[in-house]
Amino acid sequence: MGSDIFEITVNCIKLVLVFVMMVQAVPILVWLERRGSAFIQNRFGPNRVGPLGLMQLLADAVKFLKKEDFAPDRAVRSLFYAAPVFALIPATLAYCAIPMASPILVEAFEMFGQSWGPYTFRVQGYDMNVGIVFILGVSSLAAYTILMAGWGSGSKFSLLGALRASAQIISYELALGLSIVGVILLYGTFNLSEMINAQTGPLQFVAFGHTITGPWWFPNWGIFFQPLAFIIFFAATFAESNRLPFDLAEGEAELVAGFHTEYGGFKMLMFFIGEYGHMMIAAGLVTTFFLGGYLIPGVTPEELHSWTASITSSEAGATGLAALIHFLMYNVKFGFLLWVFIWVRWTLPRFRYDQLMDLGWKTMLPWALGNTIATAVVIFILQGWQ
Amino acid sequence: MPLGGVIFLAIFIALFGTALIFIARAIGGRRMNNSQAKRDVYECGIPGEEKSDTKISVKFYLTAILFILFDIEIIFMYPWAITFKDFIAQGSGLFVLGSMGIFLLIFIYGLFWEIKSKALEWD
Repeated sequence: MGSDIFEITVNCIKLVLVFVMMVQAVPILVWLERRGSAFIQNRFGPNRVGPLGLMQLLADAVKFLKKEDFAPDRAVRSLFYAAPVFALIPATLAYCAIPMASPILVEAFEMFGQSWGPYTFRVQGYDMNVGIVFILGVSSLAAYTILMAGWGSGSKFSLLGALRASAQIISYELALGLSIVGVILLYGTFNLSEMINAQTGPLQFVAFGHTITGPWWFPNWGIFFQPLAFIIFFAATFAESNRLPFDLAEGEAELVAGFHTEYGGFKMLMFFIGEYGHMMIAAGLVTTFFLGGYLIPGVTPEELHSWTASITSSEAGATGLAALIHFLMYNVKFGFLLWVFIWVRWTLPRFRYDQLMDLGWKTMLPWALGNTIATAVVIFILQGWQ
Repeated sequence: MPLGGVIFLAIFIALFGTALIFIARAIGGRRMNNSQAKRDVYECGIPGEEKSDTKISVKFYLTAILFILFDIEIIFMYPWAITFKDFIAQGSGLFVLGSMGIFLLIFIYGLFWEIKSKALEWD
């Protein structure tokens, strides 16, 4: 985590900050979802509490707090109470591995009569060499929390919802994992920061020993090399986060509310944080793999750094300002993808369960396989022919 | 060493979530109503009869087993994908591509066998 006490402290604060950011983003997303759905359905949505209804979130949180804490007689109490707590963990652990801005460099300085060495702080929870594998592994632990909730509630609606949800999550995990193979072939790394660095500058690729470069404004993003992987990955993340059109796990008409039928108050809110957390992981990963992460199209990080260095004198200030601009750019892409999640939810109807499984196993898995083979063959032909 | 961060964050969230549940329990209080109807699990307004540990479709187990098989096969592709460009640069690209091709043939044969034997049909 760091070489000395200062770095360890900063890294711990950073992790807590990312977690707080995620928790804070949930009420905003709920507000956006309710206002967005109202806009799509030509209604008003929440507009009474505070300006634009923004205080509705606070009112909801207070209402959740005032609810009686309650477990039904038939529930397995240890599982019933542990499930919402564990629902928070996989989403946050995975989100912390996604880089949100360029690293901040801090030069050596004197404090408490001691010299503290130069530091590099990354704007993410932790920088993993095996970022993709870690995120895939940790985020699929969500299936356990759903099963814990479903089994622990002691209700058949919960159990059926949990079984459906876990079967759906593991089925789409295959298409998800396989569509990433094309991305890994393209970048040749598991590290998310290195992937973003590989997308710097204008469109560029090597063909038959020549390097072909596009116009300066055309970004070198993964979506232009892996459009099919982008579609499969993005569609599979909808199923992974149990969102419409794949929200069979909580189909209200059949299962009341799925695995959280018996939950209310703050425990349900924690499930919601987990669910929106999975949406955020999906949006962050799509941004990183296919949309150049925090990079600004047409501006390389070096150009941005030389511009910020002309404003501020210190290296920490220059990299900090560049990181802030990159963070805003990341949030533009990230926010747009989250809006697409909400947009799709209020546009498409729900699938039937057999249609859902067919789509995952018989359509998306073969297409992802084809994408992998095609990517490998194209890379071999373009780069192997000397 | 990011492992320390992972452990720190996991413990922090577990404590945070437990604290939230206890705070909500303290503030929420207890209502006077403690009837049997309230303590029952949800059942659309009629007395609950069926137990939750009822029979479950065997399809779920089959899906889980197939998932494990295919997921292991996909995980084998990750180290291949990450080193593919290095092997091309060394000049042994055709060998690496061909060996993965044989592996993928088995994978595709398995997938189409599953589809053909109706293991993935839901009714």
